[in-house]
Amino acid sequence: MAATARAAASVAVATPVPESSAEIVAFRPPVRPAMERALEVARHVASVVLPPLIVLSITLFVWQLLCSEPGARLPPPTKVVSDAWDFIANPFYDNGGVDKGAFWQISQSLGRVAIGFTLAAVVGIALGVLVGQSTWAMRGLDPIFQVLRTVPPLAWLPLSLAGFRHADPSALFVIFITSIWPIIINTSVGVRNIPQDYRNVAAVIRLSWWEVFYKITLPATVPYIFTGLRIGVGLSWLAIVAAEMLIGGVGIGFFIWDAWNSSRISDIIVALVYIGIVGFLLDKLIAVVGHFVSHGVSAQ
Amino acid sequence: MTTQPYLKFEQIGMSFRRGQMASEVLRDVNLRIERGEFVSLIGHSGCGKSTLLNILGGLLKSTNGEVFLEGKVVDDPGPDRAIVFQNHSLLPWLTVYGNIAIAVDKVFGSSKNKAERHDWVMHNLELVQMAQAKDKRPHEVSGGMKQRVGIARALAMQPKVLLMDEPFGALDALTRAHLQDSVMEIHARLGNTVMMITHDVDEAVLLSDRVVMMTNGPAATIGEILPIDLARPRRRLELATDPEYARCRAAVLEFLYARHRVPARAAA
Repeated sequence: MAATARAAASVAVATPVPESSAEIVAFRPPVRPAMERALEVARHVASVVLPPLIVLSITLFVWQLLCSEPGARLPPPTKVVSDAWDFIANPFYDNGGVDKGAFWQISQSLGRVAIGFTLAAVVGIALGVLVGQSTWAMRGLDPIFQVLRTVPPLAWLPLSLAGFRHADPSALFVIFITSIWPIIINTSVGVRNIPQDYRNVAAVIRLSWWEVFYKITLPATVPYIFTGLRIGVGLSWLAIVAAEMLIGGVGIGFFIWDAWNSSRISDIIVALVYIGIVGFLLDKLIAVVGHFVSHGVSAQ
Repeated sequence: MTTQPYLKFEQIGMSFRRGQMASEVLRDVNLRIERGEFVSLIGHSGCGKSTLLNILGGLLKSTNGEVFLEGKVVDDPGPDRAIVFQNHSLLPWLTVYGNIAIAVDKVFGSSKNKAERHDWVMHNLELVQMAQAKDKRPHEVSGGMKQRVGIARALAMQPKVLLMDEPFGALDALTRAHLQDSVMEIHARLGNTVMMITHDVDEAVLLSDRVVMMTNGPAATIGEILPIDLARPRRRLELATDPEYARCRAAVLEFLYARHRVPARAAA
């Protein structure tokens, strides 16, 4: 779309070239012909899109070759598509129980991520501001955070099942505890890096504690916060898929486990692709929101 | 000692500690400033001018002595001592308008209504000729324009004392002259009490009622105070040939470059 818009713009500029200036610039036209511009744009798009397409094709081709012989343990791409065609073509089917289409499975997982991640964002930003602002809070809490953040998501699951006694809150807790650490750490770094100038301004106009927080600290820290949120949302998507395998119910994680138990390998492969795409989109979403919220104020 | 001075520095001393090393920046600074006076603080780099200004601004706590404003001890920052910072200190995520509004809304939140506050922000932007750029962000305007906004923000707080920390240092000569004229106009109209740090002898003599000259650090103090008896309003073109102006200028230069040279090899 951008390509056509740019091509159209260059046509508009190219048409009304005044005759007088044509003489002066005859040895080098100011605007190249529209065709040439369009070609360059196309070349640019191709340079971005073609390499991954080529690599993808080669991968699929090699995969097809390796798995086509009889007795292969994994299905080749063609068989994946034909086996899982029902799952791919009907994302909205609902046969009750856990037998639902891809859309329902993914939205169930995304719903869990939304709740757990929102909690992690709120608590993480608050703790990050505390740790960033208070030397004593940092000395007391930072070592604990540094240790806890290395605990793998699934290691929390038994403990949280013991505590909550229900699968759903346990899954939310696992997302929460997985994604909170990068949010805390990045926020506290951002708060520590607020220039003294901004604090002086706040002091002179006598902003209250709360006003300093939402008029100075938050906006000045936004780029750092969103770095933390991006890492956090990626981790929470990792965690939910793993957690759902263990707690069951509707969700893309348990769907994979369920497919494994029924030996539907092709369904697993399609689900993996969906998980990857959704994770990628989550990351991009946070990045776009961050860019919008920070008004382009960079982290420097 | 019958009347209290408007602003009084009494025996101000300041030392900074870095581990075992303590360095004394200011010692025994005494100064009285009357309401409506324009006082410049001039001295070589590192003589503690900024430290003295920050003590008055409440951003630093003096190790000895006190500052009194209208008889009250100054011990915290506040809008009654608004500061024009050396590096403008605008908040990059707010527009030019927003940078002034954040101060106006806080300082006049209870005494002016929304429309009045808006008018007041615009009035101050017009004072520094930045009204047309009100929706720009700081990174979209020039360094000189940023400093104009910084001045407008400080003026908008209607401070009892306006503190200026080398406010025109980063501006080009024309903008600088223009802003000096604006500051003189504003000073004449509003009668602000102003304390300004400067490196520029002409600026000090042109703007000030008194020029306070600091000795070199460490343990800097006030070396001499020069009253400038030039009638206001002052016009820079007329002053260029004024003998009194020339005398004041020569006196400051003599202090800075004959009696208190830059301490190149003086430090032991």
